[in-house]
Amino acid sequence: MTSIADRSAPSVAVSRTTRQDLVVRAYAAAEALAIPLLALLVAAAIFGAFIAALGKSPLDLYRLIYTGAFGSWFSWQNTLLRAAPLLLVALCVALPARLGLLVIGGEGALALGGLAAAAVAAPLQGLPPALVISLMALAGMLMGALWIGGIGALRAYRGVNETISSLLLAYIAVALFNHLVEGALRDPASLNKPSTAHVGQANMIGTLPGMDVHWGLVVGVIACIAAWVLMERTSLGFAARMTGGNIRAARLQGLPVGRLIVGFCALGGAMAGLAGMIEVAAVHGRANGSLIVGYGYTGILVAFLARQNTLAVMPVAVLLGGIAAAGGLVQRRMGLPDATMLVFQGILFVVILMSETLYGRIPWLQPPLSTERTS
Amino acid sequence: MSANFDRRTFLKSTALAGLGVAAAPWSIGPAAAANLTVGFIYVGAKDDYGYNQAHAEGAAAVKAMSGVTVVEEENVPETVAVQKTMESMINLDQATLLFPTSFGYFDPHMLAMCAKYPKIEFRHCGGLWSEGKHPKNAGSYFGYIGMGQYLNGIVAAHATKSKKIGFVAAKPIPQVLLNINSFALGARSVDPSITTHVIFTGEWSLAVKEAEATNALADQGVDVVTCHVDGPKVVVETAARRGAFVCGYHANQSKLAPEKYLTGAEWNWAEVYKQFVAKAMKKEPLPNFVRGGIADGFVKMSPYGPAVSAEARKRADAVKAEIMKGGFSVIKGPLKSNSGKVVVPAGKAYVETAIELESMDYLVEGVIGSTS
Repeated sequence: MTSIADRSAPSVAVSRTTRQDLVVRAYAAAEALAIPLLALLVAAAIFGAFIAALGKSPLDLYRLIYTGAFGSWFSWQNTLLRAAPLLLVALCVALPARLGLLVIGGEGALALGGLAAAAVAAPLQGLPPALVISLMALAGMLMGALWIGGIGALRAYRGVNETISSLLLAYIAVALFNHLVEGALRDPASLNKPSTAHVGQANMIGTLPGMDVHWGLVVGVIACIAAWVLMERTSLGFAARMTGGNIRAARLQGLPVGRLIVGFCALGGAMAGLAGMIEVAAVHGRANGSLIVGYGYTGILVAFLARQNTLAVMPVAVLLGGIAAAGGLVQRRMGLPDATMLVFQGILFVVILMSETLYGRIPWLQPPLSTERTS
Repeated sequence: MSANFDRRTFLKSTALAGLGVAAAPWSIGPAAAANLTVGFIYVGAKDDYGYNQAHAEGAAAVKAMSGVTVVEEENVPETVAVQKTMESMINLDQATLLFPTSFGYFDPHMLAMCAKYPKIEFRHCGGLWSEGKHPKNAGSYFGYIGMGQYLNGIVAAHATKSKKIGFVAAKPIPQVLLNINSFALGARSVDPSITTHVIFTGEWSLAVKEAEATNALADQGVDVVTCHVDGPKVVVETAARRGAFVCGYHANQSKLAPEKYLTGAEWNWAEVYKQFVAKAMKKEPLPNFVRGGIADGFVKMSPYGPAVSAEARKRADAVKAEIMKGGFSVIKGPLKSNSGKVVVPAGKAYVETAIELESMDYLVEGVIGSTS
């Protein structure tokens, strides 16, 4: 885990002169781009073989995926809309991962964040929408932060494995969500689909001008960039990465390791909670079972494919959004079952994880020796 | 809204037309031009032996009509995904009549699409459309399947030896409660000493809990099981493995347990879909609200399995004949809930279309279980 996160940073031989520094960085960037692309091609080839074995044309399939995901303005909007929630939930995995933590329970934070947002909006009807929306976002983030922050605290102060606890707590979160939506917070008018009361049409966040994609996309992009700045350009982020690199060394340096763990888990949780709030305020208008469709788990996939780099989360989320957007067309035109695209995602995931071992091993992607030696 | 719509549609169609020309030589276009393209959208798998399969069988019947192209998509969640699926069917497949079949597709997803594409017809399964409140290009179709569970109960009553029959239910919502109560009342109409044991799994589709619930029922001595979950496959197979008889639901599951399958309450969506599509082909206006039960051909019973006794067949057939006449009531007074409260006073009877049944919140006497 830790090592995966580490290798993405250009750590080799930071030379003093800017030119050489740039060369090293350029090689690192080329490597970070070339290896995932290679992995994508290999995955596509393996998947193509499966499709050919089913007696269908892989070329037709890839054309359809392109058409459905990126082939037109409509397809692009479809893709971006599906990518929007993935950006935030991926941060719930990527941020703690930089501290060496594998948090996989973002689904729980998303569900409870959405529920908190819907619950807060109910008694605030009639107040200025800007205020209500801000409070909803705050409630969603706070709820998510509490949920995943608690997991961080269990890890830091009680030594509870965060992977297990976050997964199990996600089930508890969903049970709690159902209990409240079907009980105390239920809108009595929602007979056959238990839901909370509507947050009010005025309090819905609309779509971006000229497109059919809601503001959640912009929020997600800003969050990804901000997370990158936090991680790579601030001393807090450096402290977090150091904790992930070697927790003992971080302690020896006097870093507040416990607080860092809790804080970054809480931040990740806040992002997932915000994703839940956006689903409620931009799509459903209420919190109900439709919120729990596995975004949190797709977020794990996105974060891993992005190798926990929050900038890389953006193109990966778009790629997975595109695969989801194209899935329908593949079903309809080629008569392949829905699981087809899941198989593709699975192969992609495995191949990309395997490609991790290639870093530093492809000769022509390493900086020339002369550059490294001079100092 | 409308000004916005025009501009957008124009841009989109221009872009699409351009793309179509550019991509023509190699694209896998929609199947050969037909008079009408109809889209079906399912929340689960098309072959789930349940809710979605019942609709997919209806879609297959439409596919067999000449001049109709059917496009289908399965496992579409009740999120923006279904909005985009509808738009994709409209924009890329030229579908003009859509059947989003899951309850949760209606609000806000289908309503949003109805506003955006006023020339496209949308018909939703679930009975939510109401005049004045919802747009004219939207509509609902809906079936009353409670009587089917009543007939299931009659057949179950003849098969049980332990006098305990079981029901694996998803959520304690009115539709499900009506099914449980109908099943229990059907059985009690044969033998009032029969108890119906209910376990709620809390989710529409959660195989592990469905198996656990079925096993728990079998452990309690239940020897006939039915259910109301999206895909009854797990319940049917588990029950049969435990030696219990099964009454089906949604679709015909007899293939999964040929010896143990008694009968089942099935949707007969083929009739409904063919009516809609035939009207659409003739360019006639589509009805906004259709609903019906066994008597209207919306619901049918699975053929009896080998374990159903002659006596059971005779009794169930007699009641079914009554139902076919119309005006039959399952929920009628005097009726007590299982907590002893009078829920329907003597002399009062509700036919299956009664609005009162749509807010049912109780389990009747003889049902072991609780709604909360």
